Amino acid sequence: MTALPPPSPRKLGLVIDLDTCVGCQACVVACKGWNTENYGAPLSDLDPYGASPEGTFLNRVHAYECTPKDAPAQIVHFPRSCLHCEDAPCVTVCPTGASYKRAEDGIVLVNEDACMGCGLCAWACPYGAREMDAVAGVMKKCTLCVDRIGNENLPEEDRIPACVRTCPTGARHFGDLGDPDSAVSLLVAERGGLDLMPELGTRPVNKYLPPRPKDRAPTPPPLDTVAETPKGFLGWLDRALAALPGA
Amino acid sequence: MHPAPSLILFSSLTGLGLGLLAWLAVLGLASPPLWALGLVLAGAGFLASTRHLRRPSRAILAFTQWRTSWLSREAILAILALATLTLHGALLILRDQSPALLGALAAAIALTTVLATSMIYAQLRSVPRWHHWSTPALFLALGLAGGALLAAPRPVALAFLATALVLQLLHWHQGRTAFARAGSTLSTATGLKGEVRSFAPPHTGPNYLLREMVHVVARRRAAQLRLLTILLAFALPALLLVPDLRLLAAATHLAGVLCSRWLFFAEAEHTVGLYYGAR
Repeated sequence: MTALPPPSPRKLGLVIDLDTCVGCQACVVACKGWNTENYGAPLSDLDPYGASPEGTFLNRVHAYECTPKDAPAQIVHFPRSCLHCEDAPCVTVCPTGASYKRAEDGIVLVNEDACMGCGLCAWACPYGAREMDAVAGVMKKCTLCVDRIGNENLPEEDRIPACVRTCPTGARHFGDLGDPDSAVSLLVAERGGLDLMPELGTRPVNKYLPPRPKDRAPTPPPLDTVAETPKGFLGWLDRALAALPGA
Repeated sequence: MHPAPSLILFSSLTGLGLGLLAWLAVLGLASPPLWALGLVLAGAGFLASTRHLRRPSRAILAFTQWRTSWLSREAILAILALATLTLHGALLILRDQSPALLGALAAAIALTTVLATSMIYAQLRSVPRWHHWSTPALFLALGLAGGALLAAPRPVALAFLATALVLQLLHWHQGRTAFARAGSTLSTATGLKGEVRSFAPPHTGPNYLLREMVHVVARRRAAQLRLLTILLAFALPALLLVPDLRLLAAATHLAGVLCSRWLFFAEAEHTVGLYYGAR
């Protein structure tokens, strides 16, 4: 049913630290690897070895140049994936009931067997979190690795989303954002975690930690000024040239 | 947004078809060719819409989510509209009479179907240009004006044509500032303070998002298409009504509506474009 469930006390989601992310794309690869072999239709690639390769991804890492008002420009790497919004517009627009938000933990999922591939949910998502798979013809999105987080066949340390497990810099955190005392909630409170496009009223569960203010490098000492009155041979040449007509 | 031919045809043909049928139903006109034309236009439009689906075999499920989904409501309303309209038309043509109440009901369902179609777009906050009351108003006005060109008395048809023109201009006008009014910028999209610009895209090739929602090429001839819309959808049909060339007026109007609908999709900017430094 595409009606949103009443808000669950448990809100599973990600906290992404824009200060720590180095843009290595490991989360992109780990996500593609796990989700192409497990939940639902594989994430297809088109023309993978040709001139214009493309494919379905549930996570994309952008890079932005950010120039604060009184500081030098810095590069910020920005992973973009489903935010598992509390007021998810992608769910309510679905005509077939394929899109749903799990009542127990708020994860937004697609029942691919019911998806008719109309693409309206992808239009409704302001964040571009959903991509229609070109081969399967069904909508794909981040599942928060539902097939990992509760999977007792995996060692306990692997029961987190593939992107979080693989992140070499610890820029991605997974947890219950509905619990104010959880590690992720404390992190959000400490670092001033932000919602993306709050003006659209989607109330994302995932939070982004803004880059910390950078230390200022001391102003570099000025280079020695270049001599303005040449001496020696150059001085003679300069005077000789100045004596020529037109100088 | 990508101006998909299936969606342009679908919304234009069903709008005209249902608009025509609504007029026929309310006026109680027993004209077999006009009823057939209306049903063919609406039917062809709905068939075109299924071309947009990647898994049309599952379309039956689209009748289930009417509580929240305008697309589902539209599917149900379309069937109801075609059924009641067909019944009313058949009674009018075959038995020379049909209850006026049935006609009013059929017309109301037909117009609600057009409203549901428009709300599929108007509900999307991610596309600010569409998220405005002028979207449903324009869809309804165009459907009623197109239908009136074929079925309503001349002054009525002219009045609806003029109303639709005003709404069309208003929709274009509000569209120019819609994105800015919505307030989404790359800063709100990323939470980054200061001046933010896209430095490197996440992928070098094309993808579904860019093709579907950041479709810049289609906007190149917007000014020319606006002119064509005004000429074909409004000015020429009004002139053609003077010698009562109804069919030609409606055909010209449809061509204009197709131009308008192309612009409706092509000029619509989705917020995901912000992430790519393009809209």
